[in-house]
Amino acid sequence: MNDDHAAPPRGLPRPRRRDVLRMAGAAGAGLALAACGVEGRGGKEKVSSDDVREYWRGKARTGRLSWANWPGYMEDDRATLKAFEKANGVKVTYKEVIQESAPWFGKIQAPLAAGQSIGFDLMVMTNGIQLEKCRRLGYLAPLDHARLKNFAANAGPGFKNPSYDPGNAFTVPYVSGITGIAYNTRYVKEEITSIAQLFDRRYKGRVGMMSDSQELGNFGMFAVGADPEKSTPADWEKAAARLRRQRDDGIVRKYYTQDYIDAVSKGDVWLTMAWSGDAYSLAGPDVEFVVPKEGGTIWTDCMCIPKTAENPVDALALMDWLYDPANNAPLTEFINYITPVPATRPIIARDAAAATGSERKDLERLSSSPLVFPSAADLGRLRHYRSLTQDEEARYQKIFEPIAKGS
Amino acid sequence: MTAHEPPATPDPSGGPGAAGGRGAGRGRLAPYLLVLPSGLWLLAFFAVPMVLMASLSLQTGNLIDGFRQTFHWANYSDGFSTYGDKFARSLWYGLLATGACIVLAYPAAYWIAFRGGRNKSTYLFLLLLPYFVSFVLRTVSWKLVLTDNGPVLGPLRDHGLLPDGFHVLDTGWAVVSGLTYNFLPFMVLPIYVALERIDPRVVEAARDLYASRLQSFARVILPLSLPGVFAGVVMTYVPVSADYVNAEVLGGPRNTMIGNVIQSEYFDNSAYPVASALSFSLMAILLLGIFAYARTLGTQDVLEAARR
Amino acid sequence: MTTTTTRAPAAEAGPAGRRRRRFAGNGLRIYTFLLIGWLLLPIAVMILFGFNDTHGKQNFRWEGFTLRWYAHLLDKEDLTTAVVNSLTIALLSTAITTVLGTLAGLALGRYRFRGKGATNLVLFMAISCPEIVMGASLLSMFVTFNLPRGYLTILVAHVMFSIAFVAVTVRARVVGLDPAVEEAAQDLGAGPFTRFRLVTLPMIMPGVLSGALLAFVLSVDDFVITNFTSGATVTFPLWIYGSTRTGTPPQVNVMGTLIFAVGVVIAVLSARRGLRRR
Repeated sequence: MNDDHAAPPRGLPRPRRRDVLRMAGAAGAGLALAACGVEGRGGKEKVSSDDVREYWRGKARTGRLSWANWPGYMEDDRATLKAFEKANGVKVTYKEVIQESAPWFGKIQAPLAAGQSIGFDLMVMTNGIQLEKCRRLGYLAPLDHARLKNFAANAGPGFKNPSYDPGNAFTVPYVSGITGIAYNTRYVKEEITSIAQLFDRRYKGRVGMMSDSQELGNFGMFAVGADPEKSTPADWEKAAARLRRQRDDGIVRKYYTQDYIDAVSKGDVWLTMAWSGDAYSLAGPDVEFVVPKEGGTIWTDCMCIPKTAENPVDALALMDWLYDPANNAPLTEFINYITPVPATRPIIARDAAAATGSERKDLERLSSSPLVFPSAADLGRLRHYRSLTQDEEARYQKIFEPIAKGS
Repeated sequence: MTAHEPPATPDPSGGPGAAGGRGAGRGRLAPYLLVLPSGLWLLAFFAVPMVLMASLSLQTGNLIDGFRQTFHWANYSDGFSTYGDKFARSLWYGLLATGACIVLAYPAAYWIAFRGGRNKSTYLFLLLLPYFVSFVLRTVSWKLVLTDNGPVLGPLRDHGLLPDGFHVLDTGWAVVSGLTYNFLPFMVLPIYVALERIDPRVVEAARDLYASRLQSFARVILPLSLPGVFAGVVMTYVPVSADYVNAEVLGGPRNTMIGNVIQSEYFDNSAYPVASALSFSLMAILLLGIFAYARTLGTQDVLEAARR
Repeated sequence: MTTTTTRAPAAEAGPAGRRRRRFAGNGLRIYTFLLIGWLLLPIAVMILFGFNDTHGKQNFRWEGFTLRWYAHLLDKEDLTTAVVNSLTIALLSTAITTVLGTLAGLALGRYRFRGKGATNLVLFMAISCPEIVMGASLLSMFVTFNLPRGYLTILVAHVMFSIAFVAVTVRARVVGLDPAVEEAAQDLGAGPFTRFRLVTLPMIMPGVLSGALLAFVLSVDDFVITNFTSGATVTFPLWIYGSTRTGTPPQVNVMGTLIFAVGVVIAVLSARRGLRRR
């Protein structure tokens, strides 16, 4: 297209549209502001500096790196990867092989348990049940923070020492995102502000929900007025009953993984549960994203190194390289999720000033978007995934999992 | 009306009548050596996995602590009580799609076989043309055709010809139509072959004996073509009932088939024993069904034709 | 029932009967063409949207004609890798399968031997076993023995499910052969290998070729079994399936169109050759 003139710095992605990014609703004050706080979940696997030294002893750069990631998490032309390859002399194999957490865990569990390579040196996993399992079972390499200087210097305060991985012993965030509602403005003629609208009979057969039991359960709990983060099994039952009714009334068209993007873009569903960045980087031009007034959920996709990685030092180098704001900014400009590197904001603002036309408008919106650079108040309205013990998890899955499977 | 005359057509099926080990004096070992490589391969990657799956289906445990053989037959009974409705739905969808395949395929095969003239093979080729496109891609394209605002429903909707909430995608109809679309050639080909084999003189003879067109069809052509239909049923019913791609791509929450359950028990839940029990049951049901079906029809023909 | 037959021809012979018959014939012709049209509709849609001048990530609304996607066919590196994987796996598995399957087909078509019935039964099972069950059982084995899944396991699985098809195709050809020709070669002093190379192989070649073609098509197209045996290796069908979640890029349509075109050309050429031979 017209990227010959303008010629934005560091190979900006093609013109793409970022409409009004906004956090819907104003209230939500009732919810506590503990979103980014450290809640003692207690790492069952304590890492000592000896463990770290032990793991990294004798490991060296190989100049190769294999990276497993989710779709939509890298520019189409892989500009960020190429920049990394050039700067560090590392050849990166990048595969978008992770589409859901549970199947991914099913795929990597057996080789990891047997101490075999999974074919990847770096993977991006959501801070949910499966990451917790990987951590607890000792499948992850302890990170050597002596080699993560950029992370120490540039990671935002909300991204250090998270409750799901105290001290960032095994993970550093890749991006965070919000689960909210996406809707197609061609068909939905009203403002979408509330989760209740996902349960509205007027949208019979036009609503998409997520099949992931944690995501689905969270929205069920919002619908019955429970806080997912602090929910009890009684809340789960209530939420499940509500979700079941929504399904049996024919309101839910389908339960989606990431394919809600396709459905809401085409207008097969009009409104659907969605992840914040997708609506802008992947979906069609008519799709809007909102964080409902009841609150959405915030999650973090984390970079981690499987213990059996063949090139862990190169993986560590990539982690740190991404925490240099200058390297992170172009990626953030493309993927539209919450970046763990707040210092990218002035860079994006500068890029915006240097750009022209729609490109400029996009970047300006991005640099001021609460979905990419949320304020503390914004974050306060968002809930985290509830952490589940192994027993709780079994119970939780038993309650929520069958819903999307139609039983 | 019951018994029809045995067909006079020569049946060149490679049955047991074919020449055996002629000229094989020293070659007693030859057939074994020839079969050995394939046999070993099928043993290692078809038979052994089946046995292991059967064993896994009786184990208990989980991914993390490992699985142990406990002869836990409840995996089967639990599987049936939890997913019985999915089994039933799969068999039902299989029936619908197979039926639709027969109804759609027969007239076209008939027309091509008897009226196709010199262009027979061209017509047949056109019917098979879509199958040069990958199964997944075909299903995805069919989905694009069925979308609410797609090339078919879009214009209808724009003209207000459809009721408000009407949609085809994500319903059972979409799934059955996708299955029918994807497996139609397995029905067309055997029916066509059977019709093509009918000696026109037999039909002429019937006409000479004053049978009306309808009668000559009902009493001569149809019976003679039935083996083709039976073979088609064998070839479509099994893959259709066990499919999960169509239900996944085209279906909604109420159209889950047993294949989807097996798939997700393996991949989402890593519940290998239950998944194995379900797959084993599925295979048993389908294969026993097919064998019983073949036996009832009493024809070696069915199996023989199915092999082609 | 039989009494009615006497009356029927009279009614049929008249002009009304003929008209009805022509109507029925035309009806069937129209029906056949409609059926072909229905079958081709999704393919037409696929080809068409490979030329769609779409912007953004979604490709479902017509936005004008372009050849851009043909020029940028190889831009998606993952997709290219997947297609290359699919093609190499198909070639390798076809090569292996054709050799193994042909040998088995020869044995089954020509010899009578102990265990022949059982072999035939296994082949029949391998052909009629639901794909998902085969995939699941292979996965069960890989899980039990803790074998890492990837390119190799896909290859092994593809050979497994195609052997039976090749063997059966070759067997059908062998059964139709006249053994006298080979006997004549033997009488003329040809050794077993010469005989095979110069006499048997050329005679069964059509069967071998169509078996090989079948094996290739089955392998390239396979989704279900590959999905169970793939690990982190991605083939073309797997890539398409994954891409449907976020929006299938036009390059997929282009790849599909090209593979379609090549398949059609090969089919037409081989049909022509077959005609000329006869």
